Amino acid sequence: MTAMSTRAKIAVVTASAVLLGAVAAGYAATAAEPTRTPPPAAGDRAVTLTPGPRLLAITDRYVSAVAATDPSGPRTVSGLECLRVYAAAGTGVCLRPENAWSYQVVVLDSALRPTRTLSVPGLPNRARVSASGRMVSWTTFVGGDSYTASGFSTRTGILDTVTGATVTSLEEFAVTRDGRRHRSPDVNYWGVTFTADDNRFYATMSTQGRRYLVRGDLAARTVETVRENVECPSLSPDGTRMAFKEAVDATPAKGWRLSVLDLATMRVTATAETTSVDDQAAWLDDATLAYTLRADDGRPDVWSVPADGSGAPKLLIPGAESPSPLT
Amino acid sequence: MYLSTVSRPVTGPPGPRRRRFAMVSGNVVALGTVSLITDVSAEMVAAVLPLYLVLGLQLSPVAFGVLDGVHTGATALLRVVGGFVADRFRRRKLVAGAGYALSTVAKLGLLLAGRSVPAIGAVIAVDRLGKGIRSAPRDALITLSTPPEALGRAFGVHRAMDSVGAFLGPLAAFAVLLAVGQSYDAVFVTSFCVAALAVVVLVLFVRERPDGEPADGPDEPRVSVREAFGLLRGRPARRIVLAAALLGLGTIGDGFVYLLLQRREDLGLRWFPLLAVGTSLAYLLLAAPLGVLADRIGRLPVVVGGYLALGATYLLLSGPVHGWPVLALTLALYGTFYACTDGVLIALAGPVLPARLRTTGIALVQTGQALAYLVSSVLFGLAWQAWGPQNATRAAALAVAVVLVGTLLLLAPPFRSVPRRVSR
Repeated sequence: MTAMSTRAKIAVVTASAVLLGAVAAGYAATAAEPTRTPPPAAGDRAVTLTPGPRLLAITDRYVSAVAATDPSGPRTVSGLECLRVYAAAGTGVCLRPENAWSYQVVVLDSALRPTRTLSVPGLPNRARVSASGRMVSWTTFVGGDSYTASGFSTRTGILDTVTGATVTSLEEFAVTRDGRRHRSPDVNYWGVTFTADDNRFYATMSTQGRRYLVRGDLAARTVETVRENVECPSLSPDGTRMAFKEAVDATPAKGWRLSVLDLATMRVTATAETTSVDDQAAWLDDATLAYTLRADDGRPDVWSVPADGSGAPKLLIPGAESPSPLT
Repeated sequence: MYLSTVSRPVTGPPGPRRRRFAMVSGNVVALGTVSLITDVSAEMVAAVLPLYLVLGLQLSPVAFGVLDGVHTGATALLRVVGGFVADRFRRRKLVAGAGYALSTVAKLGLLLAGRSVPAIGAVIAVDRLGKGIRSAPRDALITLSTPPEALGRAFGVHRAMDSVGAFLGPLAAFAVLLAVGQSYDAVFVTSFCVAALAVVVLVLFVRERPDGEPADGPDEPRVSVREAFGLLRGRPARRIVLAAALLGLGTIGDGFVYLLLQRREDLGLRWFPLLAVGTSLAYLLLAAPLGVLADRIGRLPVVVGGYLALGATYLLLSGPVHGWPVLALTLALYGTFYACTDGVLIALAGPVLPARLRTTGIALVQTGQALAYLVSSVLFGLAWQAWGPQNATRAAALAVAVVLVGTLLLLAPPFRSVPRRVSR
């Protein structure tokens, strides 16, 4: 090879290091996000969680509210930063950054004041409150466990705001799969939705490459499988139907179709939304679903579609995510 | 043949103290430096990839699971093919460099992939492919640049440098994030620049053959496919590949070990990542000293010691004693297992494999181990399901004992004659 002297080699390496360092620094300088301007102070039009004809959503990372009759109209933005938010009966849940590397679940009262705070592992994914405002649930992603495996897992927790009882991970629950006791280290849960009795709930459970709708019992600490290929369930206000995302051809890589399962007949109806929906839908009323869609650059919009498969999707709240009716 | 083809860059009088440090050749230091810088780059990305995918791109868990479905089988095959190409054209440096370059390009690929899950999956696959291709020629270069009696030390030093890089990577990534806000792109670009620097160091400082070894003349026959297949016909080579696969069967994988620890100690889930850090710390500190020890007392005893540490780790995981001291001891033992086996096993294999087919042989050893590990981790998952975590872990400890006996039967007789450290 070349007969370069050691000194010349060191000079080349040094020059490369300086050059590459300059490239990295230059890119970082141009890519640095401008510091976010804090949203305007809420003043007399503060966001509250008091039930009423308004929709809650996140705008540019801050909790905001719009009128249900004019969702794309004037928006009230609070000073509360959240990545996910949901509310019912005056209780809210917010998943927000605690510091640069960790996140927390915050339970909110109707004036958006924190009443309880829990540190959670991983990255915020789903958040729900039961219709009575008593039960709160959240899902986070937990990173790969080592540098040899990039396997991803989720943790789902439930908090009873009345007793303070907390389940930090549903993985502790006993599992019955297709009628038989199921024990496996790879069980993961995400996307809880509560029933009206505040004890039973539904969620997604994944194990051995399959994803199930499971029905759980908090008091008994058990879950049982109900149906395969149901993710991110969301129970309708009347408790008869389950909105969910159904993996196309049962293959999540192909995307998800927002669909509705009738719990009495177990029949599935696909909604008119044909774009892949990767969200836990929210019921605005017994006939309408709201959900987040993202543009290629990750910019979110909230859309709505009729739950019975009719009609067409329509843009509900532009530039917002994590919708929740204030019921 | 080994000693005549290998130079020993001993500078100054070979006194007993001085010699210990001088005996790692310049090529090993160069390869260690390349690995260190590359690992900084790789771990930078590994540390922020979950944040990027979940918070930056808002991908869901199952989408991420799809990304994880990388074809281990295909990577294994390409690793062996890469090893053969390196041997046939005597271009180990070139093949290793190609592996490093592939992973470097993959860092930029992450920028271009956007939110497309298949594209991100492809980029991650390219990154792993690069990693798969480069390790065998790199280890072959280490064996070819080191006298056989000092291989343990050479691999120990290399692996220690490698883990220093893995240690610094996440810190570097978070430093970038702190400096520029939540711009993951800046982390990828920085990681690319760091990886490119490693390739520059490789090109300039790593030598294909040590001083004194003649460049191959035109009359030197090239390694043929038939000769490569014949590698396993030789008893010592076949035994070391079999032993590596057997030893792979004894490991259940980091994921399970940390999960078991987390469960039994009821560890806050936020401390979970620190388990891997504790293990790497033990590995980093012990790799070089245990490599030196392997040269003194023989490599097989050190590998056996490593698997005893692994068995003890499993027993602690399934045992009745709890508490922080036990947790620390478990991680220390697990790190000791890595320090005793990862480099030392290749140091054990190197001299047994003919120099002409060294890269192919090392690729076979690594592939055998990786595929066996895949099987054992699936089996452990099934055992967990059938018997629960505690009994499954006891079964794993038993499996380690069986595997050790098998390995000793395979390796003990022919390996007794491996040259020990040259006596003073």
